Amino acid sequence: MENTQLATPETAKELGLLPEEFSRIKEILGRTPNFTELSIFSVMWSEHCSYKNSITWLKTLPKDGPRMLAKAGEENAGMVDLGDGIACVFKIESHNHPSALEPYQGAATGVGGINRDIFTMGARPIAQLNSLRFGDLSLDRTKWLVKGVVKGIGDYGNAFGIPTVGGELFFDECYNVNPLVNAMSAGIVKVGETVSATSYGVGNPVYIVGSATGKDGIHGAAFASKDITADSVNDLPAVQVGDPFQEKLLLEATLEVIQTGAVVGMQDMGAAGIICSNSEMSAKGEHGMRIDLDKVPMRQENMKPYEILLSESQERMLIVVEKGREEEVQAVFDKWDLNCVEIGQVTDTKRLEYYMNGELVADVPADDLVLGGGAPVYKREYREPAYYKEYQKFSIESVQEPEDLKAVAQHLLSHPNIASKRWVTQQYDSMVGTATMTTNRPCDAAVVSLKGTEKAIVLTVDCNSRYVNADPEKGCMIAVAEAARNITCAGGEPVAITNCLNFGNPYVPEVYWQFVGAIKGMGAACTKFETPVTGGNVSFYNQSTDDGPVFPTPTIGMLGVLDNVDDMMTADFKAEGDFIYLVGESVNDIASSQYLASFHKVAASPAPHFDLETEYATHQVIKQLIKERLIASAHDVADGGLFVTLFESANPNNLGFDIESDDSIRKDAFLFGEAQGRIVVSVKPENQEAFVELMATSETEFNYLGTVTNGSMLVDREQFGNIQDFKPVYDDVLHSILEE
Amino acid sequence: MKFTAEINVMPLKEILDPQGKAVTGSMKNLGLSEIQNVRIGKHITLQIEAENKEAASQKVDTACKKLLANLIMESYEFELAEA
Amino acid sequence: MPLNFNSFVAMKFGVVIFPGSNCDEDVIYVLQEIMQQEVVRLWHKDHDLQGADFIILPGGFSFGDYLRSGAIARFSPIMQEVIQFAAKGGYVMGICNGFQILAEAGLVPGALLHNETRKFICRNVHLKVETTNSLITSALDPSKALKIPVAHGEGNYFADEDTLKKLNDNDQILFRYCDEGGNVKSESNLNGSVQNIAGVCNESRTVFGMMPHPERAADSLLANQDGLGIFESILKVAHA
Repeated sequence: MENTQLATPETAKELGLLPEEFSRIKEILGRTPNFTELSIFSVMWSEHCSYKNSITWLKTLPKDGPRMLAKAGEENAGMVDLGDGIACVFKIESHNHPSALEPYQGAATGVGGINRDIFTMGARPIAQLNSLRFGDLSLDRTKWLVKGVVKGIGDYGNAFGIPTVGGELFFDECYNVNPLVNAMSAGIVKVGETVSATSYGVGNPVYIVGSATGKDGIHGAAFASKDITADSVNDLPAVQVGDPFQEKLLLEATLEVIQTGAVVGMQDMGAAGIICSNSEMSAKGEHGMRIDLDKVPMRQENMKPYEILLSESQERMLIVVEKGREEEVQAVFDKWDLNCVEIGQVTDTKRLEYYMNGELVADVPADDLVLGGGAPVYKREYREPAYYKEYQKFSIESVQEPEDLKAVAQHLLSHPNIASKRWVTQQYDSMVGTATMTTNRPCDAAVVSLKGTEKAIVLTVDCNSRYVNADPEKGCMIAVAEAARNITCAGGEPVAITNCLNFGNPYVPEVYWQFVGAIKGMGAACTKFETPVTGGNVSFYNQSTDDGPVFPTPTIGMLGVLDNVDDMMTADFKAEGDFIYLVGESVNDIASSQYLASFHKVAASPAPHFDLETEYATHQVIKQLIKERLIASAHDVADGGLFVTLFESANPNNLGFDIESDDSIRKDAFLFGEAQGRIVVSVKPENQEAFVELMATSETEFNYLGTVTNGSMLVDREQFGNIQDFKPVYDDVLHSILEE
Repeated sequence: MKFTAEINVMPLKEILDPQGKAVTGSMKNLGLSEIQNVRIGKHITLQIEAENKEAASQKVDTACKKLLANLIMESYEFELAEA
Repeated sequence: MPLNFNSFVAMKFGVVIFPGSNCDEDVIYVLQEIMQQEVVRLWHKDHDLQGADFIILPGGFSFGDYLRSGAIARFSPIMQEVIQFAAKGGYVMGICNGFQILAEAGLVPGALLHNETRKFICRNVHLKVETTNSLITSALDPSKALKIPVAHGEGNYFADEDTLKKLNDNDQILFRYCDEGGNVKSESNLNGSVQNIAGVCNESRTVFGMMPHPERAADSLLANQDGLGIFESILKVAHA
């Protein structure tokens, strides 16, 4: 065998393998691996590909449900039945580490990768979202990251031609070194027209299609499984460069080739490149492959076998085709002017045999490389960190109520975490496809109609990581509940979630404790809301050596369905004189609020008030109110509290509000506290009686707040200003910081 | 004969170059306020097979005129060397 | 707004599809489902306009648009047919990337540069209808600003002084960016276009280019139908 030089334990260590993992590899092969083989194991057994440190806990999450067509772990993305023979394929994925070092290409290739996960299953992406977290926005590095990431997402997604319909943007110092870039995509497919990531049928040809292979991102998957240090730039594998035009061609060609019926299995090439798709497809189909690496179209000369195998060049797919139907497949790729090259055949050996110029360079069993096969599974130690108990001791009494609450309102509306995100969202094409129903109608979640049906899908990404840090279990429950609340306020029915689990180093017991807590919370909330977890991704090592881990950030991407688009609900107040009600309970709580964190600069407090059962019951009432057409708007109380919610509802139509506070709780808590489970609704005078009657018969608490005005904002008759005065501040904060 | 062409495509002088303007502005932040009038264009290299330099030059000129530059907003110049 | 289709003539529309087009299906949807017209899809490699009466070049990123938007598309086989068709007086309309391609092909005057902000801009803008003396604006009310979305990185319209003078003198400017009240102001000029120009036609008033996307404001589902009047204009005049 070429590469006869055998690997040493030192090389194994350099590639990030543990001594026991190296021994295990020798055991599997029955000999010492060569460098190429060792590289194969090192990427396939990295956290990124194998989930070795997380799978034990991930398996505890609920994954069954009547709508599930592809469950967690079965395919590249989850698939949910929407009825009428239509299914939705959706997933969220991180591209944190590449974005930290090259924000533009890092974010762009993240968008490319998640969309390939969707269309490799045969679904046409129809909506994209993203969840972004950065450090202190006053830092130059943060500004550079924000600008690069947003431009990267925009340039790639816009050219690819799928609308970006929603997302999150959050700033906190904990993300100074390590920003989080999570991209989500949702696609639509007719049930029965999907393709699986599998490989079988001895003699069937294996094709590589799309871009040529270069030395991009070699060992990228392993790179994503390390802490970021000052030296990380030196570790940086050749940056992966995205080509959205190739991706668009690949999308069209892929969907067209599926229609020929000649495709046995297909998988995109993302992290760990050819080796990853070869091994996962072969393991799933219980077959092997013989691949001639020299046949792979290459962008660079003299590439070594391990470089070809591990390259993360973008916009490529692996397709196994029924023998004898090669020409049909070739014709489709010719039409779209894409490479389509046979690089090998399916075998019955269950092994992956790689040849270079006729010489065997690596020979490994497929199943031993993959999750659920031979990849290692670890139970990591975890320990409650000291800060947790400290945070629980917080009492609202320790914080003095400010005399000037108008100053607090001003502070919050001009805070980058609260202010309008239009500097970002206007760089994304949110309307291509002409199905985005939320373009001209503000709404708590994105609503995308399914043309030719009465249905729409409803999408949101949510996670308040400050809450999760304060209390991982409760905080993650809140993330799920908030997502469900947003979908409910849009008129949708929550059906399933995908998750992106961004945490620090799993070998740190306190970090792993956060992970375990979040999973427990997610499981409980998803069970309650009947939203199975369809998959997603785990991103560990989001931490720097100096500043420690980022806030634990389990981003929840939730899919909802709206069976009739006429039932869509919006968040904006409609007319002066409409009544404003708060559905849900006011609580004397400011814990973990934006108000407490940035106005008082108090970090040590528990997660805000939250009760899963009450929350669930409240959502059911909101659904009923929408169905019976009793409310004119619904908007949940989230970051910034009630005042911000009222402002956001009033702002779109230049209206205002005149409300009374609840004197049983502190006014700062009433206006700016972030107790969960609350929704502000507006009611037309003619519907007030029926509204009150329905609410009175429910178990859910509700309170009359006041009325919609023509622009002035009044709390207990005190003037907080006119909406017009706040608008420029709210609208232009990000612009003024980022364009200075 | 094989030639290499080195082509520069620049925005016309009378046209605003927002990229160049932004870079000019950032020079000030670097303490390099002496630097003025940054203008950003494209540098394109290509290889061409032709009988002689003149023929090559004509073909490159056509490529520039028809595709590589838009004469409404850009100008171009190029140099040819035997590869 | 219910449409009275009896007042329209039926037309056959040809929508050109480049590999990177992404607004092709959006235009086809409006023409077929809302305007109830016949549409043929014209693949960029083809040489046949299939007897279409009116050609539309849709938005998107025709060939990736890495060099300059529309620069490569204008040389595609179908564009040679479109150029001939236009030369004979055939109706051609370019929206967004389609406008960029028309400008690159010299079918409408001017060029589209990078937005002055150096950023992609996607949002609703207001348009002042500058003339009703064109097929695509004939049924519009010039006193009312239209709210129509834009989505482009290179929409900054440029033409030299002489060309601008000709455009103005010949009434070839179709739309200008304005505020909600229809006032053409520098603040409403989102991308740096000379004289706020958002759309123009050629001298013979048969080829039309505009950066905003009327097809994104035509379906009641999207809660904005300000763009519908442009499609109605085409059919009404063709009828008269």
